[in-house]
Amino acid sequence: MALIDKHGVIERNATLLLIFSFIVVTIGGLVEIVPLFYLQNTIEKVEGMRVYTPLEQTGRNIYIREGCYVCHSQMIRPMRDEVERYGHYSLAAESMYDHPFQWGSKRTGPDLARVGGRYSDQWHVDHLTNPQSVVPESVMPKYGFLKKRMIEPEHIEELLATYRAAGDPYTDDMIAHAREDFLAQADPDADTDGLFERYGEKVQVRNFDGEPGISEMDALIAYLQMLGTLVDFSTFTPDASR
Amino acid sequence: MTKAPRKAPKKEQKQVETTGHSWDGIEEYNNPLPRWWLWTFYGCIVFALGYMVAYPAWPLLDRATPGVLGFSTRADVEKEIKRFEEINAGIEKKLAETDITEVAQDPELKHYASQAGAAVFRTWCIQCHGAGGQGAKGFPNLLDDEWLWGGDIENIHTTITHGVRSEADDETRTGEMPAWADVLEPDELLAVVEYVLSFNQRDANAKLVEAGKVVFEDNCSGCHGEDAKGNIDVGAPNLTNAIWLYGGTREDIMETVSHGRGGVMPNWNARLSEADIKAVAFYVHGLGGGQ
Repeated sequence: MALIDKHGVIERNATLLLIFSFIVVTIGGLVEIVPLFYLQNTIEKVEGMRVYTPLEQTGRNIYIREGCYVCHSQMIRPMRDEVERYGHYSLAAESMYDHPFQWGSKRTGPDLARVGGRYSDQWHVDHLTNPQSVVPESVMPKYGFLKKRMIEPEHIEELLATYRAAGDPYTDDMIAHAREDFLAQADPDADTDGLFERYGEKVQVRNFDGEPGISEMDALIAYLQMLGTLVDFSTFTPDASR
Repeated sequence: MTKAPRKAPKKEQKQVETTGHSWDGIEEYNNPLPRWWLWTFYGCIVFALGYMVAYPAWPLLDRATPGVLGFSTRADVEKEIKRFEEINAGIEKKLAETDITEVAQDPELKHYASQAGAAVFRTWCIQCHGAGGQGAKGFPNLLDDEWLWGGDIENIHTTITHGVRSEADDETRTGEMPAWADVLEPDELLAVVEYVLSFNQRDANAKLVEAGKVVFEDNCSGCHGEDAKGNIDVGAPNLTNAIWLYGGTREDIMETVSHGRGGVMPNWNARLSEADIKAVAFYVHGLGGGQ
């Protein structure tokens, strides 16, 4: 074990110690991180996932800005109690367009991974405006001001381009029509052919907050009502060995 | 008194070898590692080797080594859910196949449906309808005798299954209270609100009530009925009692008439099993208001 007896050389030379430490940490990192990019169970393909529409993406940014993730997770764990309460456990692919993901491990409020369609838009408006009006025991703060903050799709092209840089497959067509799609999704009378063509027929088009104009409330509710609805679990059978 | 001579340090008496290094005369003992520490260390290595064999560990080409214990959270949760499904499979099947009107006649089904229905209600319904079914503004109270879409058990079952104005279900209940501000003149709006107020012998402006009656008969009676007692086929509420989903003050009624209303309830057939829907329908029917 002559080589091992030479450890004194490393211990006496700080630079050499640093270099060898770096090599060891690099190998450890590669072994732990790199497989996540190719192992089948982390890149499992599911049907139905699409990039978020401009309005949903804006709502998502409001969700992050308001720190909703501090109290709400977006990951249903594979445990019976969670599945019975929230629905099918979350799949890695369902967060594939999240930058950053909203999984979380802190639940002051319930998990929101499948909140889409569970409540009516009006419930969301009432609940965000005054949570205690519908859930008396709730400790959630009030977000009624969102209704008064009107938004323009001023930087929407840049927003989508930024997410494209982060890896979301927004097409040139999507970015070129971002403004139009943003406005169309919150307007039941708008021409939505382009929106459906770009993001699929399942995109929900409504006046989400019931008030004229597009407010932050519209964007946030559009995002919430989409959560967990993209993958059709009636046609998806998870591979149990994963 | 003279001090007793200090005892030499214990270590020195043991004659432990030094490492041979000397820095400014300071030397370092070459003590062996404590035995408990060393054996814990070896134990950890052995445990890690065993763990790698037993549980998923080494990343291979497309997946990790599965481990001989076959650990899988997905398989575990599936097994766990199946276990509970199997326990209730018989009664759930019976409940799903029994006509909703006959559930109450079978004591076993009745007991199961009311317990399971309460659990479903607590999980899925209380956020809107309240923990006790008391409702909130815009979300109907399920304890009283007022039913927008009918309070017999079949109607309750249909409402839960298909929802109300739920986009995702073609068989959903539909009915619309339009925004009358787009249709009626301001004085007609004022008059019809006074007319509606007069049903409850409230302090209505008598001069406007007559004019309001005409407006009501021309525009509102189609859904709410000539007698304003409502119509469960289109979800039009009875206006002659003191139960108001969106508030019954003059201002509330004015707002409802002007801007319209259209509460949405999701269709639960996409999320709940038929047995669960029947159970919760039975539970809601039994809350007190069921007809």
